[in-house]
Amino acid sequence: MLSYLLLTLLLLSSIGYYLGRNRAFQVAGGHVRNLHSLPSFHGSYTALWCGLPALIVVAVWAFLQPSIILELVLSHLPPALRELPPDRLGLLINDIQNLANGNIVSSNPNPAVLAAAEHYQYLQRIGHICLWIVALLAATAGIAYGWRAISPKLRARNRVERVVTLLLIASSTVAIFTTIGIVLSVLFESIRFFHKVPFSDFLFGLQWSPQTAMRTDQIGSSGAFGAVPLFTGTLLISGIAMLVAVPIGLMSALYLSEYASPKFRAIAKPALEILAGIPTVVYGFFAALTVAPLIRDLGTALGFQVASESALAAGLVMGIMIIPFVSSLSDDVINAVPQSMRDGSYALGATQSETIKRVLLPAALPGIVGSILLAVSRAIGETMIVVMAAGLSANLTANPLQAVTTVTVQIVTLLTGDQEFDSAKTLAAFALGLVLFIVTLILNIIALHVVRKYREQYE
Amino acid sequence: MNNKPVSPSTGSEPPSRDIKTIVNAGLKRRHAAERRFRWYGLIAISLGLAFVVLMFANIISKGYPAFWQTYIELPIVFDPAVIDPDGQHDPKALENADYAALVRTSLRQLFPQVEGRHNLRALYGLISSNAPFTLRAQILANPALIGTHQSVWVLASAPVDTFVKGNISRDLDEAHRPIKDQEITWIDQLTTDGRLKQRFNTILFNHGDSREPEQAGIRGALMGSLYTLLVTFLLSFPIGVATAVYLEEFAPKNPWTDLIEVNINNLAAVPSIVFGLLGLAVFINFFGLPRSAPLVGGLVLSLMTLPVIIIAGRAALTSVPPSIREAALGMGASKLQMVGHHVLPLAMPGMLTGSIIGMARALGESAPLLMIGMVAFIVDVPRSLFDPATVLPVQIYLWADLPERAFVERTSAAIMVLLGFMILMNGLAIILRKRFERRW
Amino acid sequence: MNAMTIEAQTAVNGRSGQTMREVPQSGVQIADYDHRQTVGEITVDNPKMSCREVNVYYGAKQALKQVSLDIGINEVIAFIGPSGCGKSTFLRCLNRMNDTIPSCRITGHIQLDEDNIYDKSIDVVQLRARVGMVFQKPNPFPKSIYENVAYGPRIHGMVNNKAELDELVFASLERAGLIKEVENRMGEPGTSLSGGQQQRLCIARAIAVNPEVILMDEPCSALDPIATAKIEELIDELRENYTIVIVTHSMQQAARVSQRTAYFHLGDLIEVGETDQIFTNPRHKLTEDYITGRFG
Repeated sequence: MLSYLLLTLLLLSSIGYYLGRNRAFQVAGGHVRNLHSLPSFHGSYTALWCGLPALIVVAVWAFLQPSIILELVLSHLPPALRELPPDRLGLLINDIQNLANGNIVSSNPNPAVLAAAEHYQYLQRIGHICLWIVALLAATAGIAYGWRAISPKLRARNRVERVVTLLLIASSTVAIFTTIGIVLSVLFESIRFFHKVPFSDFLFGLQWSPQTAMRTDQIGSSGAFGAVPLFTGTLLISGIAMLVAVPIGLMSALYLSEYASPKFRAIAKPALEILAGIPTVVYGFFAALTVAPLIRDLGTALGFQVASESALAAGLVMGIMIIPFVSSLSDDVINAVPQSMRDGSYALGATQSETIKRVLLPAALPGIVGSILLAVSRAIGETMIVVMAAGLSANLTANPLQAVTTVTVQIVTLLTGDQEFDSAKTLAAFALGLVLFIVTLILNIIALHVVRKYREQYE
Repeated sequence: MNNKPVSPSTGSEPPSRDIKTIVNAGLKRRHAAERRFRWYGLIAISLGLAFVVLMFANIISKGYPAFWQTYIELPIVFDPAVIDPDGQHDPKALENADYAALVRTSLRQLFPQVEGRHNLRALYGLISSNAPFTLRAQILANPALIGTHQSVWVLASAPVDTFVKGNISRDLDEAHRPIKDQEITWIDQLTTDGRLKQRFNTILFNHGDSREPEQAGIRGALMGSLYTLLVTFLLSFPIGVATAVYLEEFAPKNPWTDLIEVNINNLAAVPSIVFGLLGLAVFINFFGLPRSAPLVGGLVLSLMTLPVIIIAGRAALTSVPPSIREAALGMGASKLQMVGHHVLPLAMPGMLTGSIIGMARALGESAPLLMIGMVAFIVDVPRSLFDPATVLPVQIYLWADLPERAFVERTSAAIMVLLGFMILMNGLAIILRKRFERRW
Repeated sequence: MNAMTIEAQTAVNGRSGQTMREVPQSGVQIADYDHRQTVGEITVDNPKMSCREVNVYYGAKQALKQVSLDIGINEVIAFIGPSGCGKSTFLRCLNRMNDTIPSCRITGHIQLDEDNIYDKSIDVVQLRARVGMVFQKPNPFPKSIYENVAYGPRIHGMVNNKAELDELVFASLERAGLIKEVENRMGEPGTSLSGGQQQRLCIARAIAVNPEVILMDEPCSALDPIATAKIEELIDELRENYTIVIVTHSMQQAARVSQRTAYFHLGDLIEVGETDQIFTNPRHKLTEDYITGRFG
């Protein structure tokens, strides 16, 4: 429905463009130089007058219509149904909407509900027809206004450019609204969560078992929301990942930038960066089905007790994923060290490795630390690998052979599957999201700052 | 490291004038250290590259067999008594007829020696539950077949397929085998009769998800990915380009634009799952958009892709030399005309390259989509932006959880398809860059 | 080490067989030759280094043509010439710093005492310890002042203990005339010093290794006149113990610090001789044009 309307508006706008352009030629008396702006700008001016007001009408209408219709339908419900408690009423509204949309509702619908659904449908139809009429009216009125306004003196170009600039500015604010959206969405739900579970319990509690029971008399009915095991689990896995990624990534970067021939570098660097392009779900599959069983068998052969979802497997594979991240960032950093440093060292008779270890690395250290911090933030926020290869058991352990769980795993587990939106369990996911967002944000800000300062040092 | 000075030949005297002997004394050790260090670097690179090779080899070797599927030829008698007792060819009756009975009859005829409920059930188990639908489709397409004898190739069940591909060993203890001894004898007989063969697995590409591995396909997930990416591109490309143009060409240097820039840089590093939380809280709970819909998935992914496109777009814009801007302005063009006519067309290949890379990343993204419910078991292929759908990486995630060997195979095959698309997109980006690369 | 892209070629066998070239009269242009014959005395009685028919190519481009020159013990020799004339290239051949440039190819013969420095048996590590270098832009390492000077002795294992190292570092700083200024701030980063001090730190760093020859590549071009004067003074003092080769674009500086001067032009060594003679009575037209300021 809506898409047809939008297409129609687009068509009208292009008609507006041609009308406006022709009108401009007309008023110019065939001499374009009489006009302040080119005819095409007059065309765009008319098209904008046609399209924009109508679009605004459509947007406002589409936003308001559902709630207005709902109000109208509710006011026509029998009083007995209107007096229902809010949660029951919500279910009822759901039923009405489902019926109106032609879905089958399981139980035998109550005649009042059926009537309401019919009423709902009727209102929806009316609403759509009205919308079409109003939008088309707005569009034609826009064309008429724009068309009449065209005169040789009309500063059409300036007005059109003003609108386009405003659109550009509006686009650039999307990033800000995204950030605000993220902050608000996690913050609101987190505050609701901290009404149910004290902040200190969440941040310092050692017990994590979010399974709230159905009945209040069951054991563990309240659930335990101590997130420390999740934090340690996340750190353990990220730590293992960094142990893999930092030495391999850094040594690769050093080799590629200092030793490798241009030919080898041209092949090996993109090949290594393939690792960065592979979707994380693929790593997760690899970790869960290949690496984890391998480690378990190996451990058993050596006489260790290895959990089938060991932190080691997830961390190892995550480390592989992060290698290109570390190596390409370090590569940039190492290449930013001026050649004069290397020359100074070689001129004293240092070998290449001595130069790297004693001059290059100390010089590049801040930048390398920055890139490692970025990599850590990446590891902490990584989801699919741990969801697929790490366990759900919130063990408080530093043993990489045991199963641990992470913040991201718990967010996914708590939010997938059916549950009502208000339970502490669901809200806990947002609280975890808040922690994750803040920690990665801080890491990123520090890292970006360090790297920028480092760049400035050598520029 | 060799920080410890090795005693030069001159002993504890103050450094001798003869640097030559001093240096010579340490040379051997230092060159050894040099070689060691080089080796570490080489080993690190080889490890990284080995992982790439290992992963691809692992996935291809696991996924390759999924492109083949075992079929069994059954002699079917389209018995009018079973499927069309009225003799009216009434489409409705034909649609609801008991085609499974035809399959069972045919199997009993092939193996008349099998007796007993238990054994018969095992026998029927050789054939996929999809077989009756194959027969029905044939009859509905051509009702004239009723009453005739036909040889029909039907899908084998997943365990048979897995056994035929050699992934279940005959030597295994029978108790640990999904395929028992008697089933092996049947399969062997079918093979010697030429009634069993492998064909290219079209089902994988034509069907939606299914609980039965042999009937499960990635069509639904592919369409879901397509719709999601369509929304992502339609939203993020214009907004990203507009933002890049504004920040690079128009924006005054003030705290507001600084804030925008800081925001973009930080958004680029926010974990993807946080975007999922945003989608759940804002798009689904606040705006009431449908769960599991590609529309919402596309919205979330476009917010994630936006920073990538903006950053690439700005890089492309800065690479256009200022002389071109000056030339346009000098001709009396307005700033917007200068950008629209000259700068943007020159920067467009770079922007497209960045966008394609961003799209490839969005294609592989799954974590935020789990948050907005694109993780349900959905059999139907989505037809619009509002239908419940899943995407290819999430389909991989769902299948990876299933224990059957046949699903492991299909998961790997789905990964191969996903990687294929990603290689294609990245290849396109590289070609675009090579083709339009300009050195000013 | 770096891949051996250098073709060490012993075109001329040692110093024997080297004949004096005929000296054309001043003002005679010899433009028809592939390269111009060097005017003046290229040999000395007691050479520290001697170079014969050195050619340097960057890819296909020839940067240095058939340069033959001796460098005497404990003398300061200055290389002058317009930019791009090959003087820095030649300097970097003397301690094989050109090895680090992959496209660079060198032929000819360069001898340090008895050793052919492009011979396979010669280790660049050892060579560079014997032939130190100071660069155009001061390039102290991002380490403390002390560590900057201690770097060379440490990597070469020249000292046995901390006390010896201290002694060596202080002695080197003293010889570089920097000790008074940095005595109390040895732990501060080398980059915290002023430009002139940084350059003297780099000289201290070079002499801490106790090299036989010190190469200086326009060491004062980034410095102010006062710092330049100090460095020049230092060069004069160092001459007692070291052989010094200095590339400079300042003719006054060459006149002030050097005993011999070599004038390079477009890859050719045009003229070499006593500094006084070069500046007062150049024999080649190009040299004269250059020092009288007609180009360069």
